[in-house]
Amino acid sequence: MNTKTTVLGQTYQFRDLKEVFAKANEDKSGDQLAGIAAADSRERVAAKQVLADLTLADIRNNPMVPAEEDEVSRVIEEGINEKIYNEIKNWSVAELREYILSHQAGDNELKRISRGLSSEMIAATAKLMSNLDLITAASKIKVVTHANTAIGQRGVLASRVQPNHPSDNVQGIKASLYEGLSYGIGDAVIGINPVIDTADSVKDILNMTKDVMTKFDIPTQNCVLAHVSTQMRAIRNGAPADLIFQSLAGSEKGNNAFGIDVALLDEADELMRKEGTSYGPNFWYFETGQGSELSAEAHHGMDQVTMEARCYGLARKYNPFIVNTVVGFIGPEYLYDSRQVIRAGLEDHYMGKMHGLPMGCDVCYTNHMKVDQNDMDNLGILLSSAGVNFVIGVAMADDVMLNYQSTSFHDIAAFREVMGLRPAPDFEKWLEKMGIMENGRLTAKAGDPTIFM
Amino acid sequence: MEQQLDFLVDKVVAELQKKLGEVSEQAPSPKTETGLIQLRSEPKAEPVANATAAPTPAPVVNEQPAPSKEPERTTHVPNPKYKEGLDELLSSTPARIGVWRTGVRPLTKTMLELRRDHAAAVDAVYGEVSQAVLDQFSLFTVETQYDNTENYLKRPDMGRILTEEGVRMLQERCQKKPQVQIVVSDGLSAAAVDANLKDVLPSLMDSLKSYGLTCGTPFFIKGGRVASMDHVGEILEPEVLVLLIGERPGLVTAHSMSAYMCYRPRKGMVESERTVISNIHRQGTSPVEAGAHIGTILSKMLEQKASGVKLVL
Repeated sequence: MNTKTTVLGQTYQFRDLKEVFAKANEDKSGDQLAGIAAADSRERVAAKQVLADLTLADIRNNPMVPAEEDEVSRVIEEGINEKIYNEIKNWSVAELREYILSHQAGDNELKRISRGLSSEMIAATAKLMSNLDLITAASKIKVVTHANTAIGQRGVLASRVQPNHPSDNVQGIKASLYEGLSYGIGDAVIGINPVIDTADSVKDILNMTKDVMTKFDIPTQNCVLAHVSTQMRAIRNGAPADLIFQSLAGSEKGNNAFGIDVALLDEADELMRKEGTSYGPNFWYFETGQGSELSAEAHHGMDQVTMEARCYGLARKYNPFIVNTVVGFIGPEYLYDSRQVIRAGLEDHYMGKMHGLPMGCDVCYTNHMKVDQNDMDNLGILLSSAGVNFVIGVAMADDVMLNYQSTSFHDIAAFREVMGLRPAPDFEKWLEKMGIMENGRLTAKAGDPTIFM
Repeated sequence: MEQQLDFLVDKVVAELQKKLGEVSEQAPSPKTETGLIQLRSEPKAEPVANATAAPTPAPVVNEQPAPSKEPERTTHVPNPKYKEGLDELLSSTPARIGVWRTGVRPLTKTMLELRRDHAAAVDAVYGEVSQAVLDQFSLFTVETQYDNTENYLKRPDMGRILTEEGVRMLQERCQKKPQVQIVVSDGLSAAAVDANLKDVLPSLMDSLKSYGLTCGTPFFIKGGRVASMDHVGEILEPEVLVLLIGERPGLVTAHSMSAYMCYRPRKGMVESERTVISNIHRQGTSPVEAGAHIGTILSKMLEQKASGVKLVL
């Protein structure tokens, strides 16, 4: 395995694969914080050059986090289709990138090759892609999933309505939910982040959302984003959950910081098969985000793009209904400004899609980042053009519980209108029945939450 | 034209103030001390510190919105199907609903309200604590190795360590091994210190006195993170320490402060060894109440010789 190269007259010798992977990343504050980022642009290019010439076998044969030490590595390793891998193991990362971007590789071809790739190989290609490469490649892959309804079709931009309330007041949640529905938002999921992580509280919110869905015959799914074990208790107590949620990290240690492991996810998966209320076959909602492993000191000296890819490697074991990267929530010490957030959003979406995942994005920021709502407009449009499965809808983008800003109901309506995208087919029919949408456009009634009262 | 604009801005400000008052009355955003169980659990109280070499902003009079007694929300939905229902919805949540639209975009007023609230939050991060507030309590200033705001935001580790000069100043000017050490830091919101210190500190002092506790030499850390209390602990070796620090600003309020408390702080403390009261601001946990409450907690820490999850409150 060659880890040496010369750029602009200067020779670079990299220590190992981890160093090549880290230094080949575009600039991120999180890699700097971890002390593993390239010192300058020249070293970054040198690392990219070395990475481009490594073979897929080099990557697989030199595991950065050995499977004996980490169960996420084991899940990724066990998921590889050996036949497909053997066909391409001698490709360089450069060749893989060019194959992915070529006209000969369409939706089917990319889904097939994905099964022979490890998360690290997919991360490697992302490091050699420009933002437009990431959009071009991702836009070829369509991942359709089904719980109560199907989302992910070509030409569809679905949305999660996120009607959070600072004290979990059920009436208050309902108020924001009505507002969102009246803008045509909520086809991916009605998903609430609870303040109170108890089974009773989770059950109350699941019951309320289910009642609204039944009363108005809304073709969507409900979910409360408490800890998975809390949701499991609520479900065992009879709560109606169409989806089950959990945040994932890219290492066993990182997942331990979230209070989960593969055994617990398996148990939850089994429970959903028996007691979940949706038709399936997809029951899971996962969230990820660059930097969460470092924040738990569980990154094994690896860069945040590769750790993020490993989250997707774990997620694909469970055939989720939706996955999204909470790209701007983790903080400026991981993604400092709009340039870094936009880059990360495109990387995560691409890497998720290359894993065959129904990838969405919480296009978002906190108030101590150098980002504002204009940057969210930009990333939202870029991801819409890349074929993102869903984005997050919050009233005027201001989440009054989590204290950060995402995309608004208006924003999603605008993404759809500008990019010629539609809500999920079943949901659009329902919107037409309710008089909220006509021929893909909002009607004069849209935006009035009292039509649900 | 200009007058019209001013009038509009005033009107918008007045409305926002009403809304802010209402929001926080209904919604004291609770925060847990359990740390990160999901990516998007409630915002971490780990505050990120604050400004230094930023260009000096023009002096601005910081007028905090007065909490209004009669919360009133306005809606712009022109012909709601159920008008009274709309009021019901608005009164149930601080979320920005019933805002209406032009085409698929928000109305100008709604858009400007959001932009202004964001500006207030950003100002809090990049602002500086008023020297007058520090002088009022004779707090001298030491700095962490944060260097500048940009670096502070990127390098939480540097906000946990005082500069060599800061260490020397503490050694020269502070009482060693005090029973209670009070430390103030800007953290992520200078505005939080400006807004709350004048109420928190006197009530904390009163509370300590009533428990018969003695206090060392208080001071201010510029560019501090929560764990800067560990470094201070190494230098001054207090029995207990309280750090009053600005929280990450939200749009509802940019003035929220946290009090982190620890028994015998030293390097290598973990989050679960600290006790925290968060959400200290005029519409959350009131600063005066918080001061008294902190005194009670510190006295219990001294009694039980413990803090964080081991402390029984």
